[in-house]
Amino acid sequence: MALKKFVVGCFDEEGALFDAVKKVRKSGHKLHDVYTPFPIHGLDKAMGLRDTSIHTAGFIYGICGTTTALSFITWVFTKDWPLNIGGKPHFALPAWLPIMFEFTVLCAAVGMVITFCYLCQLAPFVRKHHFHPRATDDLFVMVIECTPKSDEGEIKGFLGSLGAKEINVQQAETGWWLGRYDKEQKLYHETETVSA
Amino acid sequence: MNAPGDTHSPKLNNMALLKYESQVRAPLVDGSKDYHQVTEDIVRPIEAPPSRLWWIGFLISVALLLFGVYSIYREVTYGVGQWNLNKTIGWGWDITNFVWWVGIGHAGTLISAILLLFRQGWRTGVNRAAEAMTIFAVMCAGQFPIWHMGRVWMAFFVLPYPNTRGPLWVNFNSPLLWDVFAISTYFTVSLLFWYSGLLPDLATVRDRAKLKWRKYMYGLLSFGWTGSTKHWQRHESLSLVLAGLSTPLVLSVHTVVSFDFATSVVPGWHTTIFPPYFVAGAIFSGFAMVQTLLVVTRKVLKLEDYITMEHIEVMNKVIVLTGSIVGIAYLTELFIAWYGQNPYESHAFMKNRLDLFSPYGWSYYLMMGCNVLSPQIFWFRKLRRNLVVTFFMSVIVNIGMWFERFVIIVTSIYRDYIPSSWSTYYRPTIWEVGFYLGTFGLFFTCYFLFSKFFPVIAVAEIKHILKRSGENYKKKMDKIEHESPEELFHEVHAAH
Repeated sequence: MALKKFVVGCFDEEGALFDAVKKVRKSGHKLHDVYTPFPIHGLDKAMGLRDTSIHTAGFIYGICGTTTALSFITWVFTKDWPLNIGGKPHFALPAWLPIMFEFTVLCAAVGMVITFCYLCQLAPFVRKHHFHPRATDDLFVMVIECTPKSDEGEIKGFLGSLGAKEINVQQAETGWWLGRYDKEQKLYHETETVSA
Repeated sequence: MNAPGDTHSPKLNNMALLKYESQVRAPLVDGSKDYHQVTEDIVRPIEAPPSRLWWIGFLISVALLLFGVYSIYREVTYGVGQWNLNKTIGWGWDITNFVWWVGIGHAGTLISAILLLFRQGWRTGVNRAAEAMTIFAVMCAGQFPIWHMGRVWMAFFVLPYPNTRGPLWVNFNSPLLWDVFAISTYFTVSLLFWYSGLLPDLATVRDRAKLKWRKYMYGLLSFGWTGSTKHWQRHESLSLVLAGLSTPLVLSVHTVVSFDFATSVVPGWHTTIFPPYFVAGAIFSGFAMVQTLLVVTRKVLKLEDYITMEHIEVMNKVIVLTGSIVGIAYLTELFIAWYGQNPYESHAFMKNRLDLFSPYGWSYYLMMGCNVLSPQIFWFRKLRRNLVVTFFMSVIVNIGMWFERFVIIVTSIYRDYIPSSWSTYYRPTIWEVGFYLGTFGLFFTCYFLFSKFFPVIAVAEIKHILKRSGENYKKKMDKIEHESPEELFHEVHAAH
């Protein structure tokens, strides 16, 4: 994994972020990521990130759970070992609804959390580069990646002009979890409207 | 309100004031705080050494837990005969305690899930602790059916697995199996919901840690959370969907627990009112337990600015509402027992419960008094905002809710259809009581550890709502608030 150079700018006010993100993208710099202590609604849109599909994954896991529960209980009670329970029908759908429901929820929840951890590469013993320890406290940390074309000093000045309080340059080994956000980002087009 | 020509009237200037600060709702976080102060306030108790009070509480809990472990040891070694269960009362204290704990385990998910969907901002102050309480309560609840099995090493028989004695399966039509699925699903989902919410806050603790072991421990626990925007986006989506899933789940759990009773043909149990009545009772007792814990926690950890009087009051309102729903359910049951003209049902209610001088008549009146009458004092604002009253009421409510389950279970089965099999007076042995006390030990041991090692308030969520209710922000808004609506109107338009 390659060692990369990043210019890190820390903002102490989330209001300045939207403007800064917009300007960085416009200027053609490669915006690596913004690290915030709490979710900031609309920042993902401003950064040009696509919506997450994790809820769709959850839906699919849920449906899988329902079908698994239904087909399994049907197989057990009609094919494998049909029990006569008080003369009631073997295929007793209403009585299975609670288990089908619970299993749906279980599969959806467990599946989604595993997917979330996989996508974000969150697990114990995962080592990640933390650009600033106060990114989980009160600073909003914008990280710009240095490409061969870009000028480190210029980016620093640029971040300063955007209102970053603390600016430094860091080298970090990009992990494979950076994945597709590590690819060349699409440059900002004038025609594209960014809603902040 | 931007009607031209009218903009300079004093009335409209006042309306501009209303625009930024609600006159009705108090702020969710008291005092002027910035983000760092929030972190400081909530993480400080984790970083400080535990207080003497904490040690005392913790050691008492561990002692109770050990007594519980010994009680269970007796029960496993000598059999369920160590308990005073008899011919008709096959379920006594154990199932009462089971239902009671499960009920308590309802408030956390209600607060974190249903109130999230209803966009109730106040939930952020209390949700983390309430969710933790839920998980610990469900853990305690789970002990009872498991140890009641007697041969507990065969507990896995409740799971649908192809056993070695031929392809014999569990009964999927049985409410008891539904319960297995409901409780285990509820526990798993609550745990995932709670822990995924904790990740960013554990990362906050990790990044502040000075000690090596602390950094390492919280590094492990926080799964390497960085706070990336993309991660937050997924995290938000995950929380919302988990809340959506937990909402029907939390309602289903106590519904299924009530099916254990309602689908039987025992007088006093065989009623269709049970599911909503159980769910309301669960929320009632759960909120009471949240109050018991938080009234103390906020004081000891000095979190009064985050768990404010508003929170206490709102939860007291929920208590009076759900207590009254439970009251209506009691009266409906009673009415139907009389109106339905079923002699067995009528006997269960009129003789076994309503008759004060019947063997268990006292427990019915204790239940009525604690659950229906006593919460009515919360119609008074002054009492809703009184911490001492709140604390005692929360304990009384949980005593009442324990007796509700006791009344439902014992008074229905101690005298059934055949008078010859009417049982002798059932009272628990010391080991039955010990088991119950042991679950208290388990619950409070877990809670003490949680309050020492985990942030008891959702740090990131508080920061998220701080702008809306923080004093600092309001000061900055002063300029805008004192502008005339006309200026404001022009500024807003210029911005777009």
